[in-house]
Amino acid sequence: MTAPAAGAADRSASAADQAAGEADRPTGLVGPAGTADPVAGVAERLTGLVGALRSHGVRIGTGETVDAAQALEALGLADRERLREGLAATLLHSTGQRWVFDPVFDMYFPRRVGAPSDSEAPADREDLRSRLAAALAADDQAAIAQLAVEAVDGFGGYGASPGSDGWSSYQTLDRLRPQTLMARVRDSVRAQRGGAGFTDRLLEDEIRRRIEAFRAQVATEARRRVAERRGRDEIARRAVAPTADRVDFLFAGRTQLAELRRVVQPLARKLATRLAARRRRATRGTIDLRRTLRGSLSTGGVPMRPVLRRRRPVRPELVLLCDVSGSVSGFSDFTMLLVQALHDQFSKVRVFAFVNRIDEVTGLLVHGTADPEGLGGRIQAEATLTGWHGSSDYGVALGEFDERYTDAVGPRTTVFVLGDARTNMSDPNLPAVRHLSERARRVYWLNPEQRSQWGTGDSAAPAYAELVEMHECRNARQLGELIARLLPV
Amino acid sequence: MLFTSVDDVSARLAETGYLASPAVATTVFLADRLGKPLLVEGPAGVGKTELAKAVAEVAGAQLVRLQCYEGVDESRALYEWNHAKQLLRISAGRDETWDEARTDIFSEEFLLARPLLTAIRGDEPKVLLIDETDKADVEVEGLLLEVLSDFQVTVPELGTITATSRPFVVLTSNASRELSEALRRRCLFLHIGFPDEALERRIVRLKVPGLDEALAESVVRVVGALREMDLRKVPSVAETIDWARTLLALGADTLDEAVVHDSLGVLLKHQDDVLKATAKLDLDAV
Ligand SMILES: Nc1ncnc2c1ncn2[C@@H]1O[C@H](COP(=O)(O)OP(=O)(O)OP(=O)(O)O)[C@@H](O)[C@H]1O
Ligand SMILES: [Mg+2]
Repeated sequence: MTAPAAGAADRSASAADQAAGEADRPTGLVGPAGTADPVAGVAERLTGLVGALRSHGVRIGTGETVDAAQALEALGLADRERLREGLAATLLHSTGQRWVFDPVFDMYFPRRVGAPSDSEAPADREDLRSRLAAALAADDQAAIAQLAVEAVDGFGGYGASPGSDGWSSYQTLDRLRPQTLMARVRDSVRAQRGGAGFTDRLLEDEIRRRIEAFRAQVATEARRRVAERRGRDEIARRAVAPTADRVDFLFAGRTQLAELRRVVQPLARKLATRLAARRRRATRGTIDLRRTLRGSLSTGGVPMRPVLRRRRPVRPELVLLCDVSGSVSGFSDFTMLLVQALHDQFSKVRVFAFVNRIDEVTGLLVHGTADPEGLGGRIQAEATLTGWHGSSDYGVALGEFDERYTDAVGPRTTVFVLGDARTNMSDPNLPAVRHLSERARRVYWLNPEQRSQWGTGDSAAPAYAELVEMHECRNARQLGELIARLLPV
Repeated sequence: MLFTSVDDVSARLAETGYLASPAVATTVFLADRLGKPLLVEGPAGVGKTELAKAVAEVAGAQLVRLQCYEGVDESRALYEWNHAKQLLRISAGRDETWDEARTDIFSEEFLLARPLLTAIRGDEPKVLLIDETDKADVEVEGLLLEVLSDFQVTVPELGTITATSRPFVVLTSNASRELSEALRRRCLFLHIGFPDEALERRIVRLKVPGLDEALAESVVRVVGALREMDLRKVPSVAETIDWARTLLALGADTLDEAVVHDSLGVLLKHQDDVLKATAKLDLDAV
């Protein structure tokens, strides 16, 4: 285990290894003749990598950084994929962090530096497309990766003056159009192994996935080229997808929503602790001056023992009104699960879902924690949420709530309305909301849309915001902060 | 140290019948090198438990397994006094003072070591498998944290027992509950997902030796397609192996609609998944 990093540098000078390991080793760490100090370069990169991960919300302590440095030493630099796995094992603590880690790793330990050498320069678009088609047909991953490099180099560059130039994966893919290779690849695979057989029906989807993987590699390569130009640290902080808790609810994809559901429990635990602390402070109470002074008679009028006015620790009641229509359902589902996980903080929690009709779903939610993924589907299936059309109508739904569930809201109730306040041009029914705010202890509205969008198009957000306190709540992080602050104790 | 290199890990695990992906081999190597517990997460049936068994076999170590479940507690995980035996001993009533009796009944002889204690006692090499950690209650995590931090256990009546040789520790989790940050920080983290096609083909051919190569390829491709579908439970490696065995038993040498249709139940456990897959794979005609 003696200085494997230096060992890697030695080996990089050996011609045989150069031929064999070229594609695998992260480059840019040693000069061509192994002159630069590889260890210093590596330490710096590791620090940069850790910094970039932290800026994306991955919590990494010094202990993990030390482990990572040891991993680096134990593994050496000879195999880039092992290095990737080793650093991930030491620095990360959950699966979801991986999709932040991989692109950042690709930037700090790139497969190569600079442009592909002349011999690799693409002849032209058609040539590149043919070679890509062949590689896709053979599912030759090394060749596909190499073609991604050439493609960005050949078709991704834009701008001529420093500062405005760069590399674009979008432009690369737009010119290369890999998706149009489908038929060609399929036919060549069929020609090779015969089109018959059961698994032939799987072929198109398989090719589609390979093309998808190629597109992802183009994106990685374009980021690498940009990073080389503009400074790695800046790009690593900007151009990488955010962690799940910072993903906009409105734009979260399926995997991101699944990832989000997994942060419900830890977030709930954290919030429960914070709420308990607030509750302790609140019940500690204020000094009861009259009783303090009366008590002080025995000490000659000197108030020795302050008497505290104790508040009755009555747990508050919570009502949630959730827009679960397609556009905002990711946000509502997450919030419902979170509140359900916190239910023992309250004497009562009732949850109502609406699209243009409103229905109580408290029961579905109680039984829903076992299968959080299916919650949305069950609510849609079992509750009456729509009348004669399928789009949200805040006015009608809020009016129905006001009429049908009068008993749900009283002076101890805090109400949260969840939704984007987009009424599809129908009447927002402001009187219903006003009535609600008069009866409840507090009404808050959490809006998953960016504040600058409020009031645009069919958004009635500004009108509602005049009646009840409305907060922007775009991601899990913001939601956690709002809940910790706003939930009654 | 158990392993000399990552390649050494792959090669020796393969000898026991465990085919490690590069990620698995690298992380096992590091866990050994850095002397840290390995937390393995991933869907059911991807070989998390099997990995710990394979490491134990390679190391010639005793496998000590703590199977977690809801309600597992200190007396099941760490140690417990053998009350029955203590009572017998007391009622055997030798001529002695209570103090003497007490010293005697709280001695090693009356101690029932549970997995965590077993794993740190003695000199032989051990692999400690804490299986399905996420099923245990949060309180047990505190216990694990203590043991995995210092590799010592304090029995008030006996004193502190410290490991002379640290076990290789593997914790597995299906992530049904998020483990605490503190516990995660103690561990190296490894996610085992579904293997890539080439690796899964090798696993299938290793576990189901009689299976023809072309059929193995088809099997893995169909399973891969099912994993892309939006199913309640997608098939794992365990199911791939089961299906391959079934096909072999059925004497099928290639896949066709009928054979896939009839054996789909081996791969998919939910009726709605079977229906969905039947439609998507165009098996309706059968
Ligand atoms: N890489 C592999 N090499 C050899 N066999 C494997 C591999 N991966 C999985 N298997 C096989 O798959 C089966 C399931 O593995 P195992 O029981 O370890 O899964 P698991 O991840 O622990 O699942 P669970 O979460 O349900 O406990 C075993 O029979 C094992 O032999
Ligand atoms: Mg298992």
